[in-house]
Formats: sequence, C-alpha cells, structure tokens
Amino acid sequence: MNIGEILRISWEAIGKNKVRSLLTMLGIIIGVAAVIMAIAVSNGTAATIRDQITSLGSNLIFISPSFTRNGPQGGPDTGGLVFTDAAAIQQSVPNVAGVSVEQGASETVKAGAVSLSSIAILGSLPDFPTVRSMKVASGNYFTQADQDHKTKVAVLGSGLAQQLFGTADPIGQTVQVGNFYLDVIGVMAPKGMVGDVDYDARLYLPLSTVLQYYTPSQFARFLGQRVRTIYVTVTDPKKMNDTINQITLLLEQRHKVAATAPDFTITTQQNIISTQESTTAAFRNLLAWVAGISLIVGGIGIMNIMLVSVTERTREIGLRQSVGATPNDIRLQFLSEALLLSIFGGIIGILVGVGGSVFFGAVGSMRTVIASNSILLAFFSAAAVGAFFGFYPANQAAKLDPIDALRHE
Amino acid sequence: MNATRTVIATTELTKTYGMGDASVVALDHVSLEVKSGELVAIMGPSGSGKSTLMNILGCLSTPTSGEYCLDGQDVSNLDKVQLAAIRNTKIGYIFQSYNLLARTTALRNVILPLVYDRSHKHPREEWEQLAKDMLEQVGLGDRMDHQPQELSGGQQQRVAIARALITDPVMIIADEPTGNLDSHSGEEIMKLLLKLHEQGATIVIVTHDPVVAQYTERVIHLKDGHIDNVVHNGKNHHQESVAV
Repeated sequence: MNIGEILRISWEAIGKNKVRSLLTMLGIIIGVAAVIMAIAVSNGTAATIRDQITSLGSNLIFISPSFTRNGPQGGPDTGGLVFTDAAAIQQSVPNVAGVSVEQGASETVKAGAVSLSSIAILGSLPDFPTVRSMKVASGNYFTQADQDHKTKVAVLGSGLAQQLFGTADPIGQTVQVGNFYLDVIGVMAPKGMVGDVDYDARLYLPLSTVLQYYTPSQFARFLGQRVRTIYVTVTDPKKMNDTINQITLLLEQRHKVAATAPDFTITTQQNIISTQESTTAAFRNLLAWVAGISLIVGGIGIMNIMLVSVTERTREIGLRQSVGATPNDIRLQFLSEALLLSIFGGIIGILVGVGGSVFFGAVGSMRTVIASNSILLAFFSAAAVGAFFGFYPANQAAKLDPIDALRHE
Repeated sequence: MNATRTVIATTELTKTYGMGDASVVALDHVSLEVKSGELVAIMGPSGSGKSTLMNILGCLSTPTSGEYCLDGQDVSNLDKVQLAAIRNTKIGYIFQSYNLLARTTALRNVILPLVYDRSHKHPREEWEQLAKDMLEQVGLGDRMDHQPQELSGGQQQRVAIARALITDPVMIIADEPTGNLDSHSGEEIMKLLLKLHEQGATIVIVTHDPVVAQYTERVIHLKDGHIDNVVHNGKNHHQESVAV
C-alpha cells in the first residue's frame, strides 16, 4: 500500500466526518495560534523596549547613588554623588566622550494665562542632547556659559511648548517656573514616551540653575551639590568594561568607601536591555508553556476521537483485514489520519495565529512581531502531538483480530 | 482453469479454544478436499464448528493442529502478514451483512482489495477500469457511483461479489450470502453465484439455509466439530469429487 493511497483513505475518513474532524482539530488550532500569538506579542514588547532604550543613546553608562549606606544617599561627607564627581570623571578617566549630570525637580509653570502644575524639570549639562540622542527643534540648548553663570534660561519639551504657547513661537518669551522667571531659548524635537517618562512634557534647564533655585529643600542644598544621576558616554564601546572599572576606582577613592560596600551603582545600557529581555523572555516562556499545554490538550482530544473512531469502525477494520490489510496497513491508516488532523489543525492554527497577530498589531496598542521560527515550532509541535497521540489508537486498531472485528456490532 | 486442481485440502484440521480443562474443541480432525471449479456448501447447526472452519479456510485464523493446503501452498503456520497477503490474492469474501464501506461509492468499494495488493498485479491506472468490468459482470454497470445507502440489499451484495472477484481469487467464501435478503433478492444472488460457478469459479458457501444448499453440488454437514455426512446433489459439472 503506497503513501498516496494511505493519505487518500485518511483524507476520505476525515471528509466523511467534517464536523467531528473540525472539533478534533480545534484544540490544535487554538494551541498553535496561541503559540504564534504569544511569541508575536512578547517579541513586539521586547522590540518596543529595546527601541526605547537604544533611543536614549547607546554606549551609555549610568551612575546612580546607592541607598544601602546610612539611609538614602548616605551621610554628608561620604555618601551619594556630587556634581564634582562628574567633573572628576570627565577629567581623569580615559575613553570618556561626554559626561552629563541630571537633577530633577518639579514646579508649577506659568506662561501668560496658562498655568501647569507639577511639571518635571530636568537639570542637565550642555552636552545632554548629544549624550542622550536628542535634538533641538528650534532655538538652541543652553551653553557652558549658562551652566557656569546659573543663567535663568529654559528649553521646552515639544508637548510642553504646545501647551504653554499653542502655535505661537515660544522663543524669546518668558515663563514663570516656581518663583522665578526664565527666558525660553529653545524647543526640543518630539521624542515621545520612553518607559514611563514623557520626554516631551519636560522643562530642560542648566544643572547649576536647578541646583541653585529648584532643589527640593534648604537642607538638601546644604548637603552639597548632590545629583541624582551621572551619565557617561564612552568613545570606544569595546573598552566599556575598562572604563567602568576606572570610574569605580575613582569614585571609591573620592567617596572613601570600600569596594565591597560602594555607595553608588553603575549600570550600562546593555545591562538594562538584558534585564528587560530576561523579563520578556520569562513572560514569553510562560506564554509558551501555556500554549504548549493547550497543544497537549489538543493532542489528547485527537487521541480521544481516534479511539472512538477505532471502536466505531471496528467492522471496517475487520473488512480491510479480510481483503488483505496487514496490521501495519491499519496502523498507518489511523496514524496518518491523526497526523493529517493535527497538520491541518496546525495549518489553520498558523493562519489564525498570524492573522490574529497582524490584526492585534494593527488594531490594538500592542506591537506584534511574528517570528518565522515560532511558526515552524508550532507546526512541528502540532505534527509531533498528532504522531504521539495518534500512535496508541492506531496500535489498538492494528492489534484487532480480523474475526472479532468482523463480528463487532 | 484446470478442473482437476485441488484448491482446498485439509488433513486432520483441529481447532481448540482455551487451555487445559476449560478448553473447547471447535473443530475435531476435519479432512476435506475441494477441487477447482466446485460449488460446495458447508452446513450445520450453531456450535457445529462451521464458522471456525470457514475462518480457517478463509485464512482469518490458523488451526491448532492439522494441515491446510490452499492452492497447493501450506498455509497452516503462516504469520499475520503472510495470511493477509494470502487473503488478498487468493480469497474473495462475501459476508451476510455485505460489509461495504459506508459513504464510499460502489466503484471505490470494489477497488478496495487492490489497495492492499503487494504484488502490484494491476497498475493503479487500471484499477478503475477493472472495477467497472467487475460491476458490469454483476449487473451494476449503471450504479457505479452510488453509495451503499443508495442501493438495495441485493445490489449491495452484488457490489460485495464484484469486490470478491476483483483480485481473481482461487476461491470465493460466502458466509450466509442471502441471510439478510428477501427470498427474491436471495434467489438472484444465488443465480449470480451459479453463473460464476459455471464460468469456473470455486465457491464455498457456509449456510444453515437448505434452500441455498440445494444450489450446490455437494453439502458438507458438520456436527460437533467433525464432518457428519456429505450429500452429493448430483449437479457436479466437473468430475466427482472425493470428500472426507
């Protein structure tokens, strides 16, 4: 008996029970579609996160104060990061292209009749746009002179400029930030949301200005020019680790802390990406397991129906044996039926999964990236499930005695 | 066809079921011979062993002891796969309940044995024509594309006969071929079998119906697993055969 004939018999058997065949395939269809959509959604999430992080600038090192020593930001003499740390890194560590220091604050911003409360202020150094891959749309970013003289100037995020001034040109205008009036010298190009932070709704000021006028309290000002984060860009990304080691040594010396108990943390863009990726990988694995379980449930459905089918068609099996079918012929017939069911289920599942991923990607807020290897994985798992769960019923059919089978009512 | 060829030759054929004290002897040292071209009936009450004998003659099971030569080949000790090949090439079955594949056309039903033919006697492209010829031979040339549920009992049995003939077997075994039919359809089926017999086919009919047995040349009566007596109906178209 050749393959073509086996497939023809199986195909006819499936076609004779269309509704039942479709119901049997349903488990596989759902399983395969779930695998593909789960992977597409988690790939989409991972890609979005990666894009957001790399859009902040690559080759970036983040240095932040560690909160493990003497409470938040340590004591006045030893703990935390201070503004001069940034200058020291810039001067004495090789392979450093740029250092940017940021200090945040929050104030009410007024322009004419418009008043917006709790606007995020970002105090930074003049090379902030270069370090963080941001562009100025109109006007200019502040200069080193502004930083040195604590000039009262402001650069607006694009969204904030829109809210404060509408279509009018904000450059040259004055905004009231907290208790002080600042001159608007530039507007940033739109950047959008990165993680939770809306880069377009912020106010960009010289770091020295923020430290002078907007640090949270007199007490904090008394503690020194404390900063939240120092950003360092490297010239040669291959020497990233060396640079990190040198910065670590420098800061340990300056802060007089032991290497075992540093009061700062150094992370890289790559660290953040891999942390995010391991999070999405865990998410993806979870989804894949759930999808895999539904495939197994689908396989059990196939086994169940095949067992019913063998019982129902016992006389047919007896007849086939009496006209010359060997146990192997019978086994192959039922096995190929189970395989065809699961492969068809797999193909329909792929169509549903790909269609669903495209649909949700287009309609919903989710981004989906269909992985071709997830399609292959889903397809071959479906076939494997069919073969695995089809084997037992097929074997039961092959073991039937022709005389008993022919007598079966 | 060579009239003197022996198709069935059994010696001391015995079949027991179960083991030890609980064993039942279904067939007790049965020896018989059927020549090519004969039309023979096997009769007997239920429990006489006629089904067991039919199953062994039809190569659906093997004897516990004794020898069975089919068409000159000892088939008493073959395995399942070899028996399947013998059933495919040498035996045509006709069942009481026709046993046609449901929702499958008469033509596809007749082709079925060829699907399992390992000798590839007929290439695939000839199957359909061959099946058409067979259906015409049994008078169903106009019903080839009908499915069993669209055919009468008599027509279904004729499809089954066409299916039995398609591999050109050395013998046809008919198990109560008219058992599910009214007397008129039953008579037509018997006439068809007689026609095939006249064309030289070797046919063994297992029945409990004396009317059916009357069509045959020789009636082998079984009782309690052995041959009780053999009645010759004097209709032998070929040489007088020797039984027992």
